[in-house]
Amino acid sequence: MNISDLKGRLGLEELQGAYEDRPLTGGYSSDLLSDVMAKAEKDQALITIQAHKNTVAVATLVGLAAVIVCNARPVPQDMIDAARDEGVAVFRTGMTQFQAAGLLYAALGSGA
Amino acid sequence: MESIPIDTEGASPVVLELIYRLKVSDVMTRELVTAAPGDSLRSVQHLMRDRGITGAPVLDGGRLVGIVSIGDVIAALDGGWIDEPTESRMTRSVIVLEEDMPLSFAISYLNRYGYRRFPVMSRDGALVGIVTAADIIRALLVEMNREVERLESGLARENARQRAAQAAGAGGGEGREPLLLSFTTRRFDFENAGKASTELKKALKGQGVDPATIRRAAIASYELELNQVIHSYGGIMEFSIGADGVEILAKDTGPGIPDLESALTEGFSTANQWIRSLGFGAGLGLPNAKRSSDEFFIESAPGSGTTVRARVRIISEEKA
Repeated sequence: MNISDLKGRLGLEELQGAYEDRPLTGGYSSDLLSDVMAKAEKDQALITIQAHKNTVAVATLVGLAAVIVCNARPVPQDMIDAARDEGVAVFRTGMTQFQAAGLLYAALGSGA
Repeated sequence: MESIPIDTEGASPVVLELIYRLKVSDVMTRELVTAAPGDSLRSVQHLMRDRGITGAPVLDGGRLVGIVSIGDVIAALDGGWIDEPTESRMTRSVIVLEEDMPLSFAISYLNRYGYRRFPVMSRDGALVGIVTAADIIRALLVEMNREVERLESGLARENARQRAAQAAGAGGGEGREPLLLSFTTRRFDFENAGKASTELKKALKGQGVDPATIRRAAIASYELELNQVIHSYGGIMEFSIGADGVEILAKDTGPGIPDLESALTEGFSTANQWIRSLGFGAGLGLPNAKRSSDEFFIESAPGSGTTVRARVRIISEEKA
């Protein structure tokens, strides 16, 4: 499944759509940015509630494909602007991190 | 459009220093005028008129449960629900500031969220004040006046020259071989945090370095950079990219680490609550940086600064 499939498959709101579409290799869920730095892999989707510019910096450094902001947290414009500059997709959902991770896991597991 | 037309990233160094040095508690109003959830919007309207305010936090038994603005009162007058209790119309998900956050946060929040006031909480979660754009402008005017006087008296000339020298150093050396990059970091400047590491990553990519090495260098650099922002008074990040490796020099001006061994232990953290709420300060930084480096030297003492020299080897010639 590709980044562009996230919106439809998980029912997400797309906040930043200027990115290079490519296959997702998995997901990582954490709110500790150092933990994301250490453990998240390239081309994964980050499931988090940390909606600020520094999340984008970490995503860029690790090469993450997308950031999914949960619990309908407000996403500041400067985060979206930074994500557009770096080509990182940003989505938002009212789901909890548990729910979003579950759906993503199932969607990736089905091989589609 | 913006409440406070100050660029928290690109303003002059003097202004930036001001807004990172001043704390929210330095500018907030401490005399609080609050409403209770059961108060009618009409009584809130009278409260605003009598006290000359445009918004009030709503407290339930001392706990902050919402905020009501003059906009809510006008909408109530217009819509005919002015006699309803405040709790039925107040904003419930309140964005708050913490009293020891730098003033730059208050400025960013005002410009970012479109609210005109933010309640201020203490470390232990009690409401201790409120901040409006007027509070910030007043405090900034006072501080800027003081700064101008200092500049005029010539005392600050030396500082300014140093700053200019630093700023010139920050942009220099790009595009040379061996590539040298230099950046400055500032205490609590989360707006620019990560910039040095992002530039390092771009430079390494440009040099065709393999992705695994780039990742390790980026992690080491990012953690050291963020440590300067979170814990130090500010410092410099210098990178030297040679054919066989990346040298990272992270040098700050204090206050130094009292217990290096603890600081290098995973999970040990001295970060405060609001820094943790941003996703930092989990006690993973230095261990991450060390693990990602092939060589790692750290020197620090209380009262002086911390210097870290890290080296990440480039596994050259092998096609990644």
